[in-house]
Amino acid sequence: MENTVRRQSLTGWGRTSASSCDVLRLSTSSFTAPSELSSIESLLNGSARGVTLRGLGRAYGDPAQNGGGLVLEMADDLRDVSLDADTGCVRVGAGVSLDDLISFLVPKGFFVPVTPGTRFVTVGGAVASDIHGKNHHIDGSFGSHVEKMTMLLADGSVVDVSDRSDPDLFWATIGGMGLTGAILDVTLRLLRIETSWCTVNTRRCENLSSLIQAMSKDDDQYKYSVAWTDLLATGSSMGRSILWRGDHASRDEIDSSVSDPLSYQTKNLGSVPPLIPSPGLVNRWSTAVFNELWFRTAPKSRTGEIKTIPSFFHPLDAVAHWNRLYGPHGFVQYQFVLPFGAEEILHEIVAEISRSRVASPLVVLKRFGSGNKGMLSFPTRGWTLTVDIPARVEGLPRLLAQLDEMVLQAGGRHYLAKDAHMTPESFARGYPRLDEWKAVKNRVDPKGMWTSDLARRLDLVQ
Amino acid sequence: MENALGEYQNIVLLGGRSEIGTAIAQRVATSFTQKIVLAGRNLSADDVESFRSGLSQRDLSSIDVSTRDFDAIDFQNHHNFMDDLGLDSIDLVIIAFGQLGDHDELRKDPRRAADLVSVNMTGTISVGLAVASAMEKQGHGQIIFLSSVAAVRTRRSNFIYGASKAGMDAFAQGLGDALVGTGVGVTIVRPGFVRTAMTRGMDPAPFATDSAHVAERVAEGLRRGRRVIWAPGILQYVFTILRNLPTPIWRRLPIN
Repeated sequence: MENTVRRQSLTGWGRTSASSCDVLRLSTSSFTAPSELSSIESLLNGSARGVTLRGLGRAYGDPAQNGGGLVLEMADDLRDVSLDADTGCVRVGAGVSLDDLISFLVPKGFFVPVTPGTRFVTVGGAVASDIHGKNHHIDGSFGSHVEKMTMLLADGSVVDVSDRSDPDLFWATIGGMGLTGAILDVTLRLLRIETSWCTVNTRRCENLSSLIQAMSKDDDQYKYSVAWTDLLATGSSMGRSILWRGDHASRDEIDSSVSDPLSYQTKNLGSVPPLIPSPGLVNRWSTAVFNELWFRTAPKSRTGEIKTIPSFFHPLDAVAHWNRLYGPHGFVQYQFVLPFGAEEILHEIVAEISRSRVASPLVVLKRFGSGNKGMLSFPTRGWTLTVDIPARVEGLPRLLAQLDEMVLQAGGRHYLAKDAHMTPESFARGYPRLDEWKAVKNRVDPKGMWTSDLARRLDLVQ
Repeated sequence: MENALGEYQNIVLLGGRSEIGTAIAQRVATSFTQKIVLAGRNLSADDVESFRSGLSQRDLSSIDVSTRDFDAIDFQNHHNFMDDLGLDSIDLVIIAFGQLGDHDELRKDPRRAADLVSVNMTGTISVGLAVASAMEKQGHGQIIFLSSVAAVRTRRSNFIYGASKAGMDAFAQGLGDALVGTGVGVTIVRPGFVRTAMTRGMDPAPFATDSAHVAERVAEGLRRGRRVIWAPGILQYVFTILRNLPTPIWRRLPIN
């Protein structure tokens, strides 16, 4: 292993709050050889500002950077994947991307149990953020499908961790933002699929109420469900939406002339150039045009459309570096969950954002099913809304502070993989099991070696 | 830490009694802010109290305000000063200390002129380097240098002060360039004539303003990521002209 550490300015996907870190890129397999382990340890001990684990840097805020400290960038390839087709389980290096994993699995008739809106996350990051996808209301989040993990702990030991062997550490690590130890590999329970296609039903909803009604009524008949909402529309069309729901297509649902029902290809539509001047291209006017077109071109109601996996699950991945559209000051992705029954608050929040006229072309509403035992895992039963906002819009601190309060008062919480602005107090209010998590953290890492800018901001590491 | 919205958790004000510095610190603080350290000579509980009352007007009374002894010309201790702050991260440092002096007296007394330059320029350079080095170690941070339009073209009525500001302003520009890519940002604030206790009794220059307006401009400039902030904004254009004015004409101007 080459220990070439380079000083590098890092941000999350939102491109905010840059900090300069010592970055070392490596493969998780290098940890398993004892000699390499000790060289890593010596590297760790030398670092006064601790160590952060980073995958593909797709968390929006600051969890995968460590100003002035060490960042281990985990990058594995498909050599670090072994599939057991009989049990339907795969053992995969934590630095393997879902992009690689999906392209490996689909032709073999398997799919990841949960995929977020992008393929460009690592398996380790998926566990650490306990990511969710369009199937949360049916299948729960990523961590619920983890059989076991191999972890490198702060004392240098490499251990197998499962719900049976050490439930505390297991559930502190799922959603634990990489602060309990380095996940080296993950054994995942997979989903079997017959084809690489999806059947999708699309319908337009004229406002937020009709969307909530539609989702509440029959979401559970679909494995996948998600809605896009227009927050610039006002009056009676406030919250007008497009609702997509679907499932994996069975063999008899697709054209029988298709020779290989499991063929899998991704599309690349291009890339956003690096130098988009301030304040970026996303503003009230461009968003209004985009939203109008997006809404109008969607069918009022269409059933049984056949789509590919990338176009149904990862439409934005077709445009590389789309985050640059927001200009040099970046953007925040504000995501929260409100329990069922708090629909009125959801309406108020949507009205508040709509009133503030902040431009947000990407607003997503989704129904969550039950959460898992992850102590800092985000999803809980209820509605989750995701809103992209340019970071330096005037008055944004006030608006978000107000929304935070509404969310927390209603018993909701915010998603650490997206968060880039919260205070220790507002975070703690949303996560009643934080003390339990801290106790585990203290047990496995009493000196607070695993840390991050996020951990410092939210006071997670002593 | 600084968050994505440009809010700061820990703020240090060097020149804890500076009226403009105080206004900036109070204006930039938000509900995200946890600690503000006022640093200066012989700061008292009254100074903290009056600072707090400014915060409570903005509903920010939960911020922890404390004081530290700091002497701008105690160069040897500037590095220790930063280390001794004991903050997990120093997110924003406002360097606002400085003297104006009585220009006529300064001209008669080179010793006092040298002292003023020691505070305004040498002290700023010394502590500026200490702050920059502490921030480079933590990989992030923002430094605000309180300069002056006098740094851009010095008037004959206060050229000693102007020279000291020109020196610190040039230093801050170079430091900003040197820190590119380190995660540390530098912002230079160039106010015109500001009505404060320091300028009481003086004839205000054109485009005179107050410290609240300067603070407002700083907050706005930080949000937009400006490297140089003028207050009021029009002085950017006025001084671009003045700076390029031929000397014979400059000497005849009544404002000189």
